[in-house]
Amino acid sequence: MCRVTKTCLVVDDSKVIRKVARHILEGLAFTVREAADGREALDACLAEVPDVVLLDWNMPVMSGMDFLRALRDSDLPTRPKVVFCTTENGMAYIRAAIEAGADEYVMKPFDRETLESKLQLVGMH
Amino acid sequence: MIAPVPADTTSAGARNVIAALLERHTGQQIGAGRAWRIDSALKPLLRAHGLDTLDQLAAGLLRDGDAALKAEVVDALLNQESSFFRDFGVIEQIGIAASQMQAAHPSRRLRLWSAGCSTGQEPLSIAMLLDEMHRDAPAPDICATDVSASAIQRARSGRFSQFEVQRGLAIQRMIRWFEPAGDDWVARPELLARVQFRRHNLVVDPALPGRFDIILCRNVLFYFSPPVRRQVFATLAGALRPGGVIVLGASETVIGQTDLLEPSTAYRGFYQARADTPLRASAHG
Ligand SMILES: C[S@@+](CC[C@H](N)C(=O)[O-])C[C@H]1O[C@@H](n2cnc3c(N)ncnc32)[C@H](O)[C@@H]1O
Ligand SMILES: [Mg+2]
Repeated sequence: MCRVTKTCLVVDDSKVIRKVARHILEGLAFTVREAADGREALDACLAEVPDVVLLDWNMPVMSGMDFLRALRDSDLPTRPKVVFCTTENGMAYIRAAIEAGADEYVMKPFDRETLESKLQLVGMH
Repeated sequence: MIAPVPADTTSAGARNVIAALLERHTGQQIGAGRAWRIDSALKPLLRAHGLDTLDQLAAGLLRDGDAALKAEVVDALLNQESSFFRDFGVIEQIGIAASQMQAAHPSRRLRLWSAGCSTGQEPLSIAMLLDEMHRDAPAPDICATDVSASAIQRARSGRFSQFEVQRGLAIQRMIRWFEPAGDDWVARPELLARVQFRRHNLVVDPALPGRFDIILCRNVLFYFSPPVRRQVFATLAGALRPGGVIVLGASETVIGQTDLLEPSTAYRGFYQARADTPLRASAHG
């Protein structure tokens, strides 16, 4: 079966998390790019819109939430799916994320199965 | 010099005793190729009971009729892997089938049976889906059974770890139907109330009373011997309402396993009782 690979932008200030996520995503045949904060992530999206963004909440410079609001306000040619991926696991955080335009939400720690099933849920896998 | 190979502390005899216990209680077979599973699956149990080897455990099982210990061993050996909305396309198709059946009989209460429901993800997924699809229809009757008393106990509690609750469950559904409880998530009472959980052994117990529109028996029959599988198919076929269907796991089929069931003509991938099969007398249907 011929399938164009999807791109995932992994946004997290932790290098370790980015590495783990990259490993899992490449195993699922994604092309992976990385950003260490919301600002870098916005620049990356303006340069080339990814299919899906895996998004940390707490980051220096620009938080995941501020990135998401800016992303949904921007007029990019396509609308990337956004999967929050954070240690924040309270109802209020989850509701706020959905409100701001997140498509899915992963509570850290995550494993391969969790990530794979969330990507399936947003139609990316 | 070559180091001595570490001694295999478990004798084949002990594994046979334990595998036979599992098969007697559940119909599940552990072939020689998977015998290693016995050792890894029972390690925590050995530790909890202060035993050093499976031989000691096997001797204990043979010596006295400790029913609690036997149940514990059987539970530890069962594969209870499950997840919410497992094989998503199949669950969606069940929703569609249920809609069509409901449309054909608008005032009837649909009856579903999740046979081999493990810790409850399967029937709870169906309950969420049907609620979302049929706000106006009578709430379906969903029975869910498993041979494992501990699985049923967990299912009734509706409590899932963060890993379990995320696997397959869309976030919108999670916050609609579950609430946080410490590190876990617990199904809300209104969701749990939609499913009747009870212990039931497909191999030795008669079918649940009454007839069902949809019976799910997914990823349960795989390790049954062919005769046991045939017998379970007969039990399930006899519990179908006319027009009802059986749903098996993604890699399972009835083809070549039973004369009582055939591919459904109405719902692709599901199975129906063969037209020439005498349905079970409807004494309690
Ligand atoms: C792999 S799980 C499948 C759970 C769920 N149906 C799914 O597909 O996700 C198999 C379940 O079948 C149960 N089981 C095994 N033998 C059984 C029997 N004889 N009667 C009822 N349940 C049985 C096990 O306890 C286990 O929970
Ligand atoms: Mg962070």
